[in-house]
Amino acid sequence: MNVIRLIAKEFFGMFVDDGNLALLALVLVAAVLAAVKLLALPPLLGGAVLLVGCLAILLQSVRRAASAAQR
Amino acid sequence: MQTLTPILSTVTAAFLASLVEVVEAFTIVLAVGVTRSWRPALTGAALALAVLAALVLAFGPLLALVPITTLQFVVGVLLILFGMRWLRKAILRSVGVIALHDEEAAFAKETAALNRQANDRRADYLAGLASFKAVLLEGVEVVFIVIAVGAAHGQTLYASLGALAAFILVMLVGLAVHRPLARVPENALKFVVGLMLTSFGIFWTGEGIGADWPGADLALLAIFCVVALASFAMVRWLRSTYPAAAGGLAR
Repeated sequence: MNVIRLIAKEFFGMFVDDGNLALLALVLVAAVLAAVKLLALPPLLGGAVLLVGCLAILLQSVRRAASAAQR
Repeated sequence: MQTLTPILSTVTAAFLASLVEVVEAFTIVLAVGVTRSWRPALTGAALALAVLAALVLAFGPLLALVPITTLQFVVGVLLILFGMRWLRKAILRSVGVIALHDEEAAFAKETAALNRQANDRRADYLAGLASFKAVLLEGVEVVFIVIAVGAAHGQTLYASLGALAAFILVMLVGLAVHRPLARVPENALKFVVGLMLTSFGIFWTGEGIGADWPGADLALLAIFCVVALASFAMVRWLRSTYPAAAGGLAR
């Protein structure tokens, strides 16, 4: 049972380090998916939004970490 | 070129990512082998490999039941999370906000822990357990990477070959030098792997929502270039904006 718990913990940790980054990325994907499926956003445009959005989220995360380390 | 691009990128991503993980696992197994004895080190490692093989055999066939667009979407989202986590850490290490991973230090820490347990009558068991955990935890990441970069385009075999090549390379070099592989440029590798996995994730999530990328698989290279340029720009910007952050600590 410990092995399963160990693997499950490691597996979760693989995706979530900065919880804010993971949450924002999931919200971005959900928003793009909803815009494509419900608002007829062209899927290619959705892909472009995903690319720009991921980079914006990454920038926000590293800026926050660097800012916290500076203080 | 359009067939070669995904194969090359899949093999490269699996090889580089696995290389980093295998080097980290090797450091612990080596520490156990050198400090205690090779029997618990190799027994622990072999047991962990058996658990990993069981995981692949149990969950691998299930992937074939998932429709390809759903698989691309789910794997793509997981790769975005996984890749951006690596990329974030690599960027922060590049600017000095997080300390670089040091294999010599990891080796020394594990050796010290094993020496403290030397008089414990369960010392062999604890040493084997350390080896087991190291191989299992790093191996879980390798298994995920192989499945993730391989499954969405039916290239699990190529991804597995990339991971196997990394394993063989580390074993050969490790057995030759018989010490932690501290000279592997780990953060540079992690930076490249983070870029590749994030690019794969965006590409496949896009395909999963129906995006018909211009240039088909070649779009993956374009996405990689955009993510790489943006990440290098972030490193430059952070260095100039937060010079005092170097040496600080962040999660």
